Amino acid sequence: MTPAQTVMSTGTLTSGPLLARLETLALVALGGFAGANCRYVASLLVPGLGGTLLANVVGAFLLGFVFYESRYAGALSAETRLVVATGFLSSFTTYSTFALQSAQSAVLPLVGNVVATYALGFAAVVAGRALARRTAGGASA
Amino acid sequence: MTPLVDPAYLVGLGGVLGALLRTLVGELITVRNYPASTLLVNVLGSFCLAALTVLGAEHRLALLLGTGACGSFTTFSSFAVETVRLWEDGERVVAAFNAAANLVGAGLAIALAWLLLG
Repeated sequence: MTPAQTVMSTGTLTSGPLLARLETLALVALGGFAGANCRYVASLLVPGLGGTLLANVVGAFLLGFVFYESRYAGALSAETRLVVATGFLSSFTTYSTFALQSAQSAVLPLVGNVVATYALGFAAVVAGRALARRTAGGASA
Repeated sequence: MTPLVDPAYLVGLGGVLGALLRTLVGELITVRNYPASTLLVNVLGSFCLAALTVLGAEHRLALLLGTGACGSFTTFSSFAVETVRLWEDGERVVAAFNAAANLVGAGLAIALAWLLLG
């Protein structure tokens, strides 16, 4: 994917000057620490499938906003996107727990969880994009 | 007495490890016009989480490596944004393939962990 299309690889862990690499490392680590703990707290507040669904849908909405904001307006700096998107939101949301919890469920909750996670997740991205368009003031779309 | 809430550094340090490894994979694995690195981390991470569960990892180890590392290594939000991006780019077949590939790949990875270690 071209840089504009890639959500994940905004960082420079493997290229650039040492200080820039260390900054990327620190920002991703900071976001990862906070994101994982917030997801853990969500799983304690809403145990089972619901907590994971909640984290994934909220995270998809926020990443949708951050990603499209950077395309429409670009008010957020690259460092902000690194700590918020690559670090926090990508760690706050999870695919492995969603997949394992589904696999451990009976047929009906399994199908329901997959359909709900996918449908609400994609809808959340579209909603985040709509918010990014509004905050960009329709400058581009 | 056992504290009510487990220490934040267990899940947090796992989260740091997972996020850094995911970022590394994202920089090393680049396929033109396809979010291959997200598919890879989601399938690999699902295998590792299932393996930890099948092997009956002790509570604190499960928090560090399962909830923390595997949970953060894999990502739903990047997957969702990338799939919507493909769809709105007119790559609808690729978007549908990506949605199915992550699900089937993670499912097969969990089944494999069960077969190998269960």
